[in-house]
Order: sequence, then C-alpha cells, then structure tokens
Amino acid sequence: MNSPIFRTVAPFLTSLMLLFSLFVLLRGHNAPGGGFIGGLVAVAALAIYGAAWGVETVRRAIVVHPLSLAAFGLFLSCIAGFASAAAGVPFMTGLWTTVHLLGSAVALSTVMLFDLGVYLVVVGALLAIVLALEEEEDV
Amino acid sequence: MIAGAADLTFLALSLPFVAACLSPVLFSLFGHRAAWLLALAPAVSFLHLAGFIAEVARGETVTGGYAWVPSYNLSFSWYIDGLALVFGLLITGIGALVVLYAGGYMKGHPQQGRFFSFLMMFMGAMLGLVVSDSFLMLFVFWELTSITSFLLIGFDHERPAARRAALQALLVTGGGGLFLLAGLLMIWNIADVTQMSLLLSYGDVVKASPYYLAALLLVLVGAFTKSAQFPFHVWLPNAMEAPTPVSAYLHSATMVKAGVYLLMRLYPAMGGTPVWEILLPVFGGGTLLTGALMALRQTDLKLMLAYTTVASLGLLVLLVGFGSPYAIEAAVLYLVGHSLFKGALFMVAGAIDHETGTRDLTRLGGLRRVMPVTFAAALLAALSMAGLPPFFGFLAKEEIYLALAAGNLRSILFTIVAIAGNALMFAAAFAVALKPFLGESRETPGHPHEAPALMWIGPLVLALAGLAAALVSTTFHAAISSPMASAVRGEATAIAVCPMPHVGLPLALSLATVLLGLAAYRLLDRLRAALARFFQALGPGPDQGFDEVLDALVGCAVKVTRFVQPGRLDIYLSVTFAAVAAVLLLPLFLWGEAPSVPAFAWPSLPELAMLLIAVIGLVAVLVAVDRLTAIVALGIQGFAVAVLFLLFGAPDLAFTQFMIETLSVVILALVMTRLRLHASDRQPAGQRLADGAVALGCGLGLTLILLKATEGVFDTALGDFFGSYSKVIAHGANVVNVIIVDFRGTDTLGEIAVVLAAGMAILALIRLGTAHKQSGK
Repeated sequence: MNSPIFRTVAPFLTSLMLLFSLFVLLRGHNAPGGGFIGGLVAVAALAIYGAAWGVETVRRAIVVHPLSLAAFGLFLSCIAGFASAAAGVPFMTGLWTTVHLLGSAVALSTVMLFDLGVYLVVVGALLAIVLALEEEEDV
Repeated sequence: MIAGAADLTFLALSLPFVAACLSPVLFSLFGHRAAWLLALAPAVSFLHLAGFIAEVARGETVTGGYAWVPSYNLSFSWYIDGLALVFGLLITGIGALVVLYAGGYMKGHPQQGRFFSFLMMFMGAMLGLVVSDSFLMLFVFWELTSITSFLLIGFDHERPAARRAALQALLVTGGGGLFLLAGLLMIWNIADVTQMSLLLSYGDVVKASPYYLAALLLVLVGAFTKSAQFPFHVWLPNAMEAPTPVSAYLHSATMVKAGVYLLMRLYPAMGGTPVWEILLPVFGGGTLLTGALMALRQTDLKLMLAYTTVASLGLLVLLVGFGSPYAIEAAVLYLVGHSLFKGALFMVAGAIDHETGTRDLTRLGGLRRVMPVTFAAALLAALSMAGLPPFFGFLAKEEIYLALAAGNLRSILFTIVAIAGNALMFAAAFAVALKPFLGESRETPGHPHEAPALMWIGPLVLALAGLAAALVSTTFHAAISSPMASAVRGEATAIAVCPMPHVGLPLALSLATVLLGLAAYRLLDRLRAALARFFQALGPGPDQGFDEVLDALVGCAVKVTRFVQPGRLDIYLSVTFAAVAAVLLLPLFLWGEAPSVPAFAWPSLPELAMLLIAVIGLVAVLVAVDRLTAIVALGIQGFAVAVLFLLFGAPDLAFTQFMIETLSVVILALVMTRLRLHASDRQPAGQRLADGAVALGCGLGLTLILLKATEGVFDTALGDFFGSYSKVIAHGANVVNVIIVDFRGTDTLGEIAVVLAAGMAILALIRLGTAHKQSGK
C-alpha cells in the first residue's frame, strides 16, 4: 500500500500494539486478556506492518519462520504441562513461585509459561497465513 | 516360586518377539548362519513347553498372567491345557526347523533380516493365539497372525502377484477376524465371561441362549476364513507366492490351523448342537472334495500341496463337526500328523525348487540320485500322508474311519466323501514325493545337487517324527494325543489306536482308499486333463469373484465420493447449513419442544443502538454490490455484537470478538483479492431464494434453540465453583482466563495443537495454489 500517511503511522502503531499485546497477555490472569487475545492483537499489529512496508520486512523482523514460532509455543505449553510431573503432581497442575525483582514481588508460574505458549501459537499460526496471503497480493 | 514359573512362561511366550527384534542385527553380522542362533528362540520355548507335558497329561492346566486393563476385567493371561500345549509344541518345534530351513533357503537374499523378523513375529503371534485365555488377547493375536502373514506373503513385494495374494489373504482372514470379534463379544454378553477357561463350563448357558445361532455363525465365519474353507479357500493357494519356508510353516502347519484350533477350543462351549453338526461337516466335506480335486489338477508342486492342505483342513472341520465320539480323536490325530508330513513335504518342494529352479511336475524327474536325503524325507512324509502303516498318518486314517463309519445315511455319505478325499490326497502325496525323484533325469533350469544340510534337516526330522510318534504310539497318545482330545471334548479321553493293522471295518475302508489312490496315481495325467476340462466348464471360481467384489467396492466408493464431494464449495456449504437448519428445527417441532414466547422487555438505549447497528450491517451485506463492501459490512455487524457482549458483562468475550472480527475482515479481504473473483457476486433469483431460505432456517433454528435453552432453570454449579475457587486454587481473578489456562488447560493444549496444525495446512494450501500458478505460467 502506498499511502504515505499509512506508511508513516504503521511503525508506531505496530510497536504500540505489540506492547499492548504483551500487556494483555500478562494481565490476563487477573483482568480481561490472556494469551489468545494477546496473540490476536500481535497478529493484527504485524499484519498492519506487512501491509504498509511489505511482507519481507516483517519476515526479517521476526527472524524465524512464523510456524517455527508457533511450534515453539506449543513446545513451551507442553513443557509447562510436564513441569508438574517433575514435581510429582498430576499433569498440568499449576506451579507457583514468587521472585523478588528490583524490590517488588513478582509471581511466576507454569501457568504463565503455558499462556505464553498459547500466545506464540496464535501469533505464529495466524501470522503464517496472513503473511502468505499478503505476499500473494504483492505478486 | 509360582511367580517365578509364570515369569519364565511369559518369557518363553515372548521369546519369538525378542528374536524378531534381534534378527536384522544378527543377519547383518553373521549372514545366513544366524539362522542357527535364531532357531534357539523357538527351541528354548519348545523345551519350556515340553516341561509341561507331564503336568498336562495328568489333567492339570498351566495358567498365569498379568492384569492388562483391570477396569474392563481384561488380562494378559494364558491357559495351557492339552489343546494349547500340542499347538504350542507344534508351533515352536516346527518353527525351529523352519527357521533352520529358511536359513538355507534364503541364503544370500539381501532382505534376510527383515524376512526372519516377520517370521519370528508370526511365530510369537501364533503362540500367543493358542495359549490366550482372554477373548481380547485371542483376537489381538488372531489379527496379528493375519498381519504378519500379509507381510510374509507380500515379502517379494515387487511382484504384483505377491502383492495381490498378500492383500487377498489379509482381506479374507483379517475380515474374518472382525466377524470373530463380533462373535466373541456376543459370547461375552451371553455367558458374561471374558476368559476361555471359564467359558468352557458355560456350554449349557451358551447353547440355550437365543443368540447362540448368531454367535456361532459369526465365529464360524472367522474360523472358516482363517482355515481356508470353501468358498474362502482361494487365498490359501494364492498365498503360495510367499517364499517356501513361509508356505511350509504358516500355510500348512500352523496359521491355517488357527481356525481349527478355534473350533476345537469352542467345542465344549458351542459344539455338539444340530446346527454345528450340519454346518461343519457340510462345509468341511465340500472343502475336502474341492481341495483334493483341485490338487490333482495342478502341475506346480507347491500349488498341489496347497490344495491338499485345503482338503486336509476341510477334513479336520468335518471331523470336529461330525459328532461321533471318535471324531474328535481322529481330528486330533490327523491334525498332528498333517502338521508333520505337510510341513516336511512343503520343505521338500522348496528344496527341489531351490536346486532345480522349477516346481513344475512335468519338467522334473530322476532326482533320486542327486538328492537322496531329500528323497528319503519326501518318501517318509508321503507314506504318512498316504496313511500307510506304520506311519502316523495311518493311525489318523484308522481313527477317521472308525469315527465316520456307521449304518445311517449321514455316516455313509461322509464316509464316502472321506474315502474319495483321502484317495485323491494319496495320489497327490505320491505325485509330489515320487514323480520328481523317479524316472529319467530331465533338463532343468538349475543344476541339481543335494540340498545343503540346513535345508534337509527340517523335512527329515519332521518325517522321522511322523514315523517315531506312530512307533511309540502308546507313550505318544498318553503324553500328547489323549490330553489334547480330552481338552477338546471336555472330558477324559484315552486314544488307543496303534500302528498294527487290525482286521475290521476301518482297515477295509483304508484298503479301499489305498486302492482308489493307487488307481488315481496311475491315471494321474489323464485325471489332470479331465479335471482341467471340468473346472474350465465350471467357469470362473471364487478367486475371480474376489476381484469382482473388490472392483465393485472400489467402483462404488468412487461413485459415492464423486456424489458427496463434487468439488464445489457452494454445494458443500448449502448442504452443511441446510443440515444444521434441519437438525435444529426438526426435533423442536416433531417432538413439540418449541419454546414458548418469552415475556418481552424493552432493551436499554445502548443495547438498542447496538442492535440497530448490527441490523444495518446485515442489510448492508445483503444489498452490497461488490464483495469487499459485503465483507466490511459483515464486520460492522460483528463489532456491534461484540459491544453487546461488553454491555452484558463479558469483556473477555467482547475483546476476543473484536480481534477476531478485525482479523476476519483482513484475511477475508486478502483471500478475495487473491482468488481474483469478480468484484460482484450476482446469483440467479432461484439460487438467491434457496440460499435465503437456508439462511433463515439456520437463524430461526439457532434463535429457537437459544430461547429453549434459557427457558429451563440455569444450573449455576459450575459457575459457582469457578467463581469461588479461581482465586483460591489457581491464583487468578479472571475466571475466564483461569479456566482456559489452568482448570481446562489440557483442553487448551489440544486446541493450540489444532491451531498449529490448521495453520500448517492452510499455509500448504496457499503454497500449493502459488506453485500451480507458477507452473501454469
């Protein structure tokens, strides 16, 4: 797309949306949000960037193939599930721990890792489709 | 010590499978000499089983096992009585000899390791089948023998004939196995037991049940397909495409007897009824005659033996079903004798083929000088097959005539059938064992010399065993035949027949058989020509029928596929949504479940506004001229619904809906541009009417079902649980997200796996389209 306004705005919009998607992902446990919604926001962000600056730019920006991203997400979610087995509790039991970081207590959990996996799967799978379709349009 | 003994038995039973895993390695290390090592596995199992002989002869049984699926009362358990023991000994004993033989036969073959792996797997499956106590285990091993047989017949998979034969055997025996499964499930329901050992004492219950006939028929289909009874026999001669050791082992000595084993095993529970005594002898007798006549028609040694095997199996089924006290004893003796002599003769045929390069009777002759040991083995085995004293086959034949001959019409009929069949088999036995060895030497493709030791040990040992067992018949009966007959009949039975000819009716009938057989042997060439004309006149047999059935099946599948998948998306969608509408609407009205009209309450102003926007979006979709406008208008409607979700207090749902609507519009728009369709989509009026009707039906159906669902009292148990425990157990305040990632986490794991798989599939489809386009350019 060759609209100068769109091209100028796109990088800002994309960075803001990506940041927002991470925010949505992390707040999900206590407020509306979560991995799935966060992933969708991220896909929308990258799709905008792809429409403005071309698919190749996006591919370079995310370094790996979107499907690799999705596969890694699934891997993370599985790891999160199996972590409980190491602790001797049934599969997928959430494990929690609190880390003191820079003076504030941060709760970490396998559930968060799981949600991160969901996020990556959604981003990877949908981005793969969207990018392939946008690419086609360029041809 | 009891646990120790059970573990040892388990090891002995699983030893063939261990050997199957090791065989590729052994053969790549030692070449064909690995057969000596590999034969140790069945030999050790044989010795272990032989250790039970004394115990079983006393009338005891050896049992043991491990729990498998305790919740379904299924166990991996074995039950070794006289019947199972004799089969186990035959399988492991002949198995060890066949492994040696195959070592010589397959020498230098690049795929030896694979071949022996299949062979040992089959051995393990067959052994498991005969010792199985639980129905399910029996079925699993039953099908496993079909599968391993498929692999072995199709071993030479580059030849189309071998592939066809393998497929045919698998379809016939494996398909029969499914009937068996159904039959076993019915028996399970009738007697409420899942173990053979328990079933044996439930015979009266089973036979009195109204479902007895159905269960029996199902089981019989399983047994008849496996044991190659007419008209299912076609797969067995075709299975001769397999390497000869396989034919000797699977298709004469062991696997084909699995059906007979099953009939014998179920005899106490299901046998002896009028149906049993009609069906079995009729099918068995028919098979006996068909097989024997077809055998004499052949000139190929292996095919000839294969058809005599069909005939022998028919005779066994006839005997098991005949119903006189001696019939079971005769079946037991004949089964043991047949395994010994037929295994030996097959190996002889393979040795001749291996040395001369041909199995054609008309091209063979005078081999007695160059292959004396093989000739000796062939002769000994043929004498037993012909039923001459003092060989084991003679004992069997005496007992057969003792069992069949009586004054009534039925006995006379089946005695005649048995005499005819036996006489023809007599001729076939000597045709195989004498013709290639006697007479003038012929020119053959290979230069014959004596087969290597690996290849004559097997047939010679088996043939000598047939002689030895008859010579020490008293001991043999006490240790082997009588316990087996007792197990089959379900009551103590002592077999007395001895190799010394006694003057009497059976001997006279035996004489008649021998004379008829001699005549048939003398007239073999003329008989063969006559039989060829006869079968020619009969027209196509069941073998061609198999092809026709298969072709018809494939043709039918093609037609059905063409009908249900014409390849037009609009038809798929119309049918799918019409079905949805029907499923939603029909039950509501057919069973008078339509919801009552709910009390109407005015929605609030924001809700009303959103509804209005949604309706505007919908109208825009309908009146839109080009596709892109329609897609965006659909998005408007979606956003309005998302805001409605928000108004009703479901922020997560609304948030997701917003994102989904956005991406849907983007992706749909991209797809539309990519498909390069016409900008507008004008349908004829009739089509629009039909589509509209389907759409209205779906909408109405969903509305009504929602109204109906909200009519009932809402059970809040789940909501209450999640609401009160979300924070406590899962440390999260957002119940929706906690459910997704924690309470129902495993579900989500499955879902994201699906998302990933769908993403890959869609990407592949897009790429495929691109590739087509590029190749088109």
